[in-house]
Amino acid sequence: MEKQKFEQWKGFKGDKWKESIDVSDFILSNFKEYRGDDKFLCEPTEKTKKVWAKCNTLLKKESKLGLLDVELTTVSGINTFAPGYIDKKNEVVVGLQTDQPLKRIVNLYGGFRTAEKALAAYGRELDPEIRRHFMEYRKTHNDGVFDAYTPEIRRARSAGLLTGLPDAYGRGRIIGDYRRVALYGIDVLIEEKKHDKETIDVRDEESIRLREEVSEQIRALGQIKEMALSYGFDISKPAQNSREAVQWLYFAYLASVKENNGAAMSLGRTATFLDIYFERDFKNGTLTEEEAQELVDQFVIKLRLVRHLRTPDYDEIFAGDPTWVTESIGGMVDDKKSLVTKNSFRYLQTLINLDASPEPNLTVLYSEKLPLNFRKFCAKISILTDSIQYEGDDVMRPLYGNDYAIACCVSAMKVGKQMQFFGARCNLAKSLLYSLNGGVDENSGVQVVEGLAKNTEEVLSFDKVWKNYQKTLEKVAKTYVEAMNIIHYMHDKYAYERGQMALLDTRVERLMAFGAAGFSVVADSLSAIKYAKVKPIRDERGIIVDFEIEGDFPKFGNDDDRVDQIGVDVVQFFFGCLKKQKTYRNAMHTLSLLTITSNVMYGKKTGSTPDGRKAGVAFAPGANPMHERDCSGALASLNSVAKIPYGCCCQDGISNTFSIVPDALGHSESSRISNLVDILDGYFVQDAQHLNVNVLNRELLIDAMNHPWKYPNLTIRVSGYAVNFNRLSKAHQKEVIARTFHGKR
Amino acid sequence: MIKGNIDSFETMGLVDGPGVRFVVFLQGCPIRCAYCHNPEMWDPNLSKTKMTPEELLAKMLRYKPYFKNGGGITVSGGEPLLQVEFVTELFKLCKQNNIHTCLDTSGQGDGYDELLDFCDLVILDVKELDKEKYLNLVGKDISKFTKFLDACQKKNKKMWLRQVIVPNFNDNEESVLKLKEFAKKLKNIEKIELLPYHTMAKEKYKKLGIKYRLEDTPEMDKQRCQKLEKLLKD
Repeated sequence: MEKQKFEQWKGFKGDKWKESIDVSDFILSNFKEYRGDDKFLCEPTEKTKKVWAKCNTLLKKESKLGLLDVELTTVSGINTFAPGYIDKKNEVVVGLQTDQPLKRIVNLYGGFRTAEKALAAYGRELDPEIRRHFMEYRKTHNDGVFDAYTPEIRRARSAGLLTGLPDAYGRGRIIGDYRRVALYGIDVLIEEKKHDKETIDVRDEESIRLREEVSEQIRALGQIKEMALSYGFDISKPAQNSREAVQWLYFAYLASVKENNGAAMSLGRTATFLDIYFERDFKNGTLTEEEAQELVDQFVIKLRLVRHLRTPDYDEIFAGDPTWVTESIGGMVDDKKSLVTKNSFRYLQTLINLDASPEPNLTVLYSEKLPLNFRKFCAKISILTDSIQYEGDDVMRPLYGNDYAIACCVSAMKVGKQMQFFGARCNLAKSLLYSLNGGVDENSGVQVVEGLAKNTEEVLSFDKVWKNYQKTLEKVAKTYVEAMNIIHYMHDKYAYERGQMALLDTRVERLMAFGAAGFSVVADSLSAIKYAKVKPIRDERGIIVDFEIEGDFPKFGNDDDRVDQIGVDVVQFFFGCLKKQKTYRNAMHTLSLLTITSNVMYGKKTGSTPDGRKAGVAFAPGANPMHERDCSGALASLNSVAKIPYGCCCQDGISNTFSIVPDALGHSESSRISNLVDILDGYFVQDAQHLNVNVLNRELLIDAMNHPWKYPNLTIRVSGYAVNFNRLSKAHQKEVIARTFHGKR
Repeated sequence: MIKGNIDSFETMGLVDGPGVRFVVFLQGCPIRCAYCHNPEMWDPNLSKTKMTPEELLAKMLRYKPYFKNGGGITVSGGEPLLQVEFVTELFKLCKQNNIHTCLDTSGQGDGYDELLDFCDLVILDVKELDKEKYLNLVGKDISKFTKFLDACQKKNKKMWLRQVIVPNFNDNEESVLKLKEFAKKLKNIEKIELLPYHTMAKEKYKKLGIKYRLEDTPEMDKQRCQKLEKLLKD
């Protein structure tokens, strides 16, 4: 583009970002690192308190009803709803998904049946006209997917071998660069897209598709502008002060959650970007610290109100109604300078000003090189609220540069430059059972995977099992990639995220994020077969349904290479299998060890495993060791997880959730803080990628399970996200309680 | 090659010394404190994990990344002085590798002169100051404790003092003030901690078929214990 000049940019340094869309260059040219402590932070203002009090009343009502309200006469869209307010005169940031707070949107483009099922679960019915329209004239993503699915995929899906696939709901995990709207205004963005479109020659299917997509993006940008106008703001030009910057950015994000019901609708990396506007206004004398915190608090209130309409099935997998409004905070520019600003502190301070909360999913991009004051503040807030997750900047920055953000729980991507084809996960433990049972499901007896030999040994031998397992994983990976290719082809076709894609580069890089569940079950199972004596027990159908284990064996989570290396071998092999398969739109393969809360459901669907885990028992979440098997102390457990390779293998994230008893963390508040900082430093310096930290007692959770009213705001980290403990199902609560709590000695 | 007889490890010890500690619990103890919560570690002949100092060092070095803030190794037990040669060799190796060393002991042992040279911090459990009461509580004469403390003082060792507070035994101001007076006369005392007595070990005794001497004693109230600890600071 031509070099732009706007009076709104007065006082900002740098040139590159004026000549092309380059938010990262703007940040690096203008941000002011903050190395001080948390003493400057302010309490919530009266306005904030009033707005939040109104929300709390509604939230309480919602938690009783499960769903407060839903719009039944209009479907999802950027500008299809009238403006809505919570408490207009006290709101310094405005905009709601619909005309009322917490009123949910029906999104039918992902899948009609899913939306209808969700409505039925709450006793609602869609407007008959809309129903007729979608039934008669409009094909959905879900229809398309099932037209193309193969019998192998269908079988893998219903057996629970592949689960949580976004084939009937929005894929999410796309982060629009919402900052672009604040920095450039809509008009420049439209001009840029128009220019991009001119450069796309009609050569093949891909280029035709892209031309159509860019046209859709341009249309969406116009709608974002109109939607903002309905609230009385003209966002065609750049934001000229702090309040506008927050507001413009929020409108851009709001458009994405009006249009899409994505599994995870993450925010990106906004704190330090906004800090630049705050600092400029401080300098001009037009903003006070109270007002800055007020803007952040009220922005966060809005993010806490984001809702999607979801089915009870969905809630069974992802408990607690999460939306994953993930915001990435901190991180380093290079080895010396961090991206921590005062606004990084303000974002975390919302957990004090507005109480602990699962959303937004506050994620600290951690490095031992971050300013000590900031690391201490993070630890302090973690201890107080159990609401923060940490992700290793030192392993992600070399791969994604210094302007990446986390989507959902652990998935890194370059902001504005990359997007993700989200792919849920494959059950590695079930795959192991299939490799023993010749592809026959241990529960249903159905032949799910074909062309595998049955194991007929009296005592399982490692070499034989491992060879058959590899063969199984090859087949499973093929089916998995096929499913993903179909899903994302159809998603692009029938439920394209125009508004979000408009805020990404036109020639965006695509990541295809595969996932695996049951990691520690498989590592321990193979270890048991290798180091102990494992006898399979077959039922009358000849299917192995249980195992007898003689002797002890090394278990994952004790920093024991004998078993930890088996786990590493499994994920490396599986990733190799995935990479052999071609992906839709040449997306780059990535893999995560992340279950979110689906570890409970996966366990339920999986028979007894050779590690001694009984049929139906929950898996450990993510990359965690199995419950109570990590018995060499927390650091041994952390060291085991830190061995799982991130770059070139599990590059979509390795989720680890860790609970420690407060008394074990130290005798005083200051020692608890400095000990937690030491633990985080020591973990991440070993190239670990993710850690959820909970500082609490098991007794407290048991009490909360039995007396939920005593703990209305009890927030805990589960696996890549946080939940309000009371909103978990009993099964999920019990699983969380059964996890290892370090430091009971 | 000398081998240590080890009961267990705690890789994340956050209360037994400064910073993050790799804690080794050694098997065997010469005394029998009424409130002991590790009776499984009493018998020195019970063979558990055997490791050479080198092997243990290699294991411990895996945790060095966590030791930044003055953290390091703590050897506890049982009574580490029962395996004084092993601990001496281990601490020598630790110092060669710049690892902070801490000995968590009751002082009931011998031959620790060289060991103390490689020891950065001593956590000394002051069971009781009164001779008679000490004998009754611990089942051994207090003299070895006194001798050990003298040796530490002579070598200018940095020390933390600890005492378990048991209801109806020493949970009173008089007793705590006595401890304070005692500590005042010593040098290099960095910290005094009062640990509230808990009854979590009862199950262990039952399993091992050992009579539990404090069957009727309730748990020490944590807040009251903190109040008593405040007396030490004034």
